[in-house]
Amino acid sequence: MAFFPLAQRRKWTNRVALTLSMCAMTFGLLWLIWILVTVTGIGVSALKPALFMEMTPPPGGQGGLANAIAGSMVMVVLATLLGTPIGILTGIFLAEYGQRGWLAEITRFINDLLLSAPSIVIGLFMYEIYVARRGSFSGMAGALALALIVIPVVVRTTENMLLLIPNTLREAAFALGASRWKVILMVTVRAARAGIMTGVLLAVARIAGETAPLLFTALSNQFWSLDLNKPMANLPVTIFKFAMSPFPDWQRLAWAGVFLITLGVLAINILARTLLAKRTEN
Amino acid sequence: MQIPSGLEAENLSEASRRKKVGWIGDWLFLNLTRGFAVFALLILLGIIVALIIGAWPAIKTFGLGFLTSTDWSPPKEKFGALIPIYGTLVSSFLALVIAVPVSFGIALFLTELSPNWLRRPLGIAIELLAGIPSIVYGMWGLLFFAPLFAKYAQPFLANTFGRIPLLGQLFAGPHFGIGMLTAGIILAVMVIPFIASVMRDVFEVTPTLLKESAYGLGCTTWEVVWNVVLPYTRVGVVGGIMLGLGRALGETMAVTFVIGNSNAFEGLSLFLPGNSITSALANEFAEAEEGLHSASLMYLGLVLFAITLAVLTASRLLLLRIQKQQGGR
Repeated sequence: MAFFPLAQRRKWTNRVALTLSMCAMTFGLLWLIWILVTVTGIGVSALKPALFMEMTPPPGGQGGLANAIAGSMVMVVLATLLGTPIGILTGIFLAEYGQRGWLAEITRFINDLLLSAPSIVIGLFMYEIYVARRGSFSGMAGALALALIVIPVVVRTTENMLLLIPNTLREAAFALGASRWKVILMVTVRAARAGIMTGVLLAVARIAGETAPLLFTALSNQFWSLDLNKPMANLPVTIFKFAMSPFPDWQRLAWAGVFLITLGVLAINILARTLLAKRTEN
Repeated sequence: MQIPSGLEAENLSEASRRKKVGWIGDWLFLNLTRGFAVFALLILLGIIVALIIGAWPAIKTFGLGFLTSTDWSPPKEKFGALIPIYGTLVSSFLALVIAVPVSFGIALFLTELSPNWLRRPLGIAIELLAGIPSIVYGMWGLLFFAPLFAKYAQPFLANTFGRIPLLGQLFAGPHFGIGMLTAGIILAVMVIPFIASVMRDVFEVTPTLLKESAYGLGCTTWEVVWNVVLPYTRVGVVGGIMLGLGRALGETMAVTFVIGNSNAFEGLSLFLPGNSITSALANEFAEAEEGLHSASLMYLGLVLFAITLAVLTASRLLLLRIQKQQGGR
């Protein structure tokens, strides 16, 4: 210290900074582990067969989440089916036709905005154009709202994955006399299939836990109903209602629901990433 | 000049037929995909227009005074947005105060310190943090984190920072566990993965040559990051922070659970419950009366959308600039 005060100080600054950086990393990981451990711990103890067999109970009653699980699945599947083709076609346009055009530039920009736009605003939008007009909350409105969240996620990944396909592949197909749409559909999209699937999976993971857009569209339903024109039960809104309530029975069900959602979403996320990792290794 | 024989003529017409089909197919496919691209644009326009139409009665009644009034009482049909706007801004600001240094640390660790084999798993772990749905954060925050926070952290904060004059005001008041500060902390955890992954990505584009030169001059790792990497990627870092801010502003469920949902302004303390735009919407909209109440909530939604769009646009423009800087890699 006495001989090289400056050198010593620099060394210590470095040490302190790097230690803090490690602390930040640990801090991030700790939250992940902490949340997963508590959710699993409390959630597993609430898992019972009744959860999947019985309907959501009135306050203080016993019951399960069967209608909410079914409703969530219906809406997620429907939203994915509606949003995926739109997303993929838009992604194809951006990657294959729109390297320079103004339409592609703007679409890309807007898509990035929609990707991070508050999902509750999507719910308000669907309420205004669908629910208010029909005069009732409905499962269909919920599915449409979720589809609007699927689109930007799929657009983004589809474009990125198509851009990874080497141009030589396209040129080879053109040289054989194939027309452009055939090259795109039969060669590039096929080559990017795994990556595009990843995008769809990530979109599913994203909407499976979305609550805000469902609050004003699908609302909730205490009973079993798969009628798309009526309010439809779903896991996130049920969890919201039950967790905010003072009834211990409801709170227990909410924990079970949160456990199911977390498990499902993380499983899909990990599946998507392994799919992608395999793809990039090849 | 030779007249083509029958066989050749057939081949020719077959070729031209295929060419024609190909041309029609091309035209159809191009316009199909282009149509959907236009559709994506229309979504954004549609959202803005629908919100304005929905909010119109409130816009007409309150005008811009809506933004500065603190009165929110459905029975009296008086609505003002200042308290939710304040709550949204304060909780998001708190989130950034916590999340920015932590994300910087994480990005620094992932790009400079971590051994190679750890990089991928750690990166994925941080991204999983972004994958957890916000309702999980919210419920966990309310039923698990808030009681612990009230029991241990709040008394500690009150006894340390709370004693500093002026700054102490922020840590005064009762220890409920829920409130602005809790909302800020939960939000911070939620936006850390977004900011950290942008920072990591932009740190990685710093040319190795630059870094190696600095190391060659005898710089420490910290000096390289602080004096070389950070200035080089400044624009991208700010873009990442804005992206996190955009996320925090629009986050709904996590905030609704832990902010306390109080529509009265009782003081500057961060321990006090408050309300954000999103939590006001989540709590009131489904039960709001048709008319001025629901129109005012739409107006709130419009304000939120305007703020987030501005922030996200700024973020995008900054990130595009750093992409160009890379020289169209």
